[in-house]
Amino acid sequence: MAMINFLILPILVPLITAVILIFLNKSVIAQRWVSGLSAFVTVILSALLVNKVKNDGIQTLNLSNWDAPFGITLVSDMLSALLVLTTSIVAFACIIYSFKGIGEAREKHHFYAALQFLIVGVNGAFTTGDIFNLFVFFEVMLMSSYALILLGGTNIQLRESIKYILVNVISSGLFVIAVGYLYSVVGTLNMAHIAERISEISGISQPGVISIIGIIFLIVFGLKGAIFPLYFWLPGSYYAPPAPVMAIFGALLTKVGVYSIIRTYSLFFYEDGGYVQQVIMILAILTIIAGIIGALAYWDVKKIIIYNIIVAVGVILFGVSTMNENALTGSIFYLIHDMIIKAALFLLVGLMATISGTNNLKQMGGLIKNYPGFSWTFFLAALALSGIPPLSGFVGKVLIVQGGFSSEYFIGAAIVLASSLFVLISIMKIFINGVWGEPKTYANEKSVPYKQLLIAPVILVILSICYGVGADFVYPYISQAAESLINTNIYIDAVLKE
Amino acid sequence: MEILMIFIAGILFMSATYLMLSRSVVRIILGTTVLSHGVHLLLLTMGGLKRGAPPLVGEEASAYTDPLPQALILTAIVIAFGVTALFLVLGYRSYKELGTDNMEKLRGNDGND
Repeated sequence: MAMINFLILPILVPLITAVILIFLNKSVIAQRWVSGLSAFVTVILSALLVNKVKNDGIQTLNLSNWDAPFGITLVSDMLSALLVLTTSIVAFACIIYSFKGIGEAREKHHFYAALQFLIVGVNGAFTTGDIFNLFVFFEVMLMSSYALILLGGTNIQLRESIKYILVNVISSGLFVIAVGYLYSVVGTLNMAHIAERISEISGISQPGVISIIGIIFLIVFGLKGAIFPLYFWLPGSYYAPPAPVMAIFGALLTKVGVYSIIRTYSLFFYEDGGYVQQVIMILAILTIIAGIIGALAYWDVKKIIIYNIIVAVGVILFGVSTMNENALTGSIFYLIHDMIIKAALFLLVGLMATISGTNNLKQMGGLIKNYPGFSWTFFLAALALSGIPPLSGFVGKVLIVQGGFSSEYFIGAAIVLASSLFVLISIMKIFINGVWGEPKTYANEKSVPYKQLLIAPVILVILSICYGVGADFVYPYISQAAESLINTNIYIDAVLKE
Repeated sequence: MEILMIFIAGILFMSATYLMLSRSVVRIILGTTVLSHGVHLLLLTMGGLKRGAPPLVGEEASAYTDPLPQALILTAIVIAFGVTALFLVLGYRSYKELGTDNMEKLRGNDGND
């Protein structure tokens, strides 16, 4: 019994740290130490949790000892444990980058505390097994993201946060509505129990209402996860805050939406005759195309990477929508890869913009002469992003395409395949124009703490290389995660203990 | 009774949409408040409006009210309250900094760094 409590620790440690950090706001040095150490401890704890789930199967915790369908249950299956681990690693890297990259003014105004609260929300959303509790963790995450996007109060931040908050308030309203509809149909909030009830209902009557609820959930999570018609807010909002915040947002927030789509779809809406599945697949393909158009169109380094988030979301969702074991394994592989590499790329691009004092590619050039370390790291990250073997994007994409072809979704699989090329073009545009070419002198480049800022992205890129090269070692973990999505009875039985 | 509640929720959604489509930031914030009221009302109705004893151990009754929607609404109200407070402060601050509360003038991406 004592060991089962373990799965709440990746939520609890950042929460306690955040509270401590609020009281330390005068001393920047103390804040850095506390938040760095705590993030490191969270990484260790979540790695132990992954190991625990690997050896002993799905871990559950009934809060306050209320039995499963009645109280709030926290569930750690392999998927959520892996995502918690990745979140902790990304957060750790972003915190290290922030030591030099965020500026003392922001650090004194509770930057680290807000970041820790954000980790609470993200880890909680990955871990919870209760649909309303998922909403609450979403709100924890969103509230901290409001704080992070606003912190600093520059004009662009104020302007973009109004839109960001408005979009998220509306989507939270829809979330509560969807939960209300679902509750009126199935009369329960525990996700495993909902899945059980829905399969009972589908056996008796026509499940039209379930499809409608599925679509509302898709809109809610699609707004967070930036799928095709609902990504309109993302390029503007993510552009506003400084690089470490952008890295956290780009790597984690959209992925929480994607995770929620995967979770609810595999548990609830898989048995409705394929309606929700078709919608997700079409939207996923359109998402890839829209993302590519954006990524190719801009000459702004941050915008290019931001649109690459949208491409990745499409690729992951396409793999999920085929509901084919290969493609699903590939999607999870790609999801984790994308969290790591997007964080690395945002930090690198942030560094690039700090050195050159501009976001515009046309005013950059020749960084490889004075900053070879940065340039080669960026090159490796770019290759990993577009999925060049043996780097980490490759395995996931191969599995997704393979699964897509074997389930005979030829168009979608071909588009996923082609998207890699366009991603490569968009990212090589940064490399050719920013890194190669005539070296230029920039006004403020001497004052940039270049070496310290390079540490975090280098850690992430090395990790991503290990993740790709060591795919054989990682594969059993990923396939265990995919197994509990395909065969949902494993998940349901673990929660309800029948 | 449920039908009536649904209509009230619908009217609230309608007014919220109207308010949120206007240009003034303050009206938009009011729109989000009205929206959250509509959502809470809908949530309450979705649980079914039952008459009955409080759902406590020891109460002997033939029917009990469902406590879960009320618990959910309480949580949702607290969250909506927090977000509205933040949103109002943001609206005020951006009015002072940007000198306008007109969303039309907050468009575009020029001069952003």
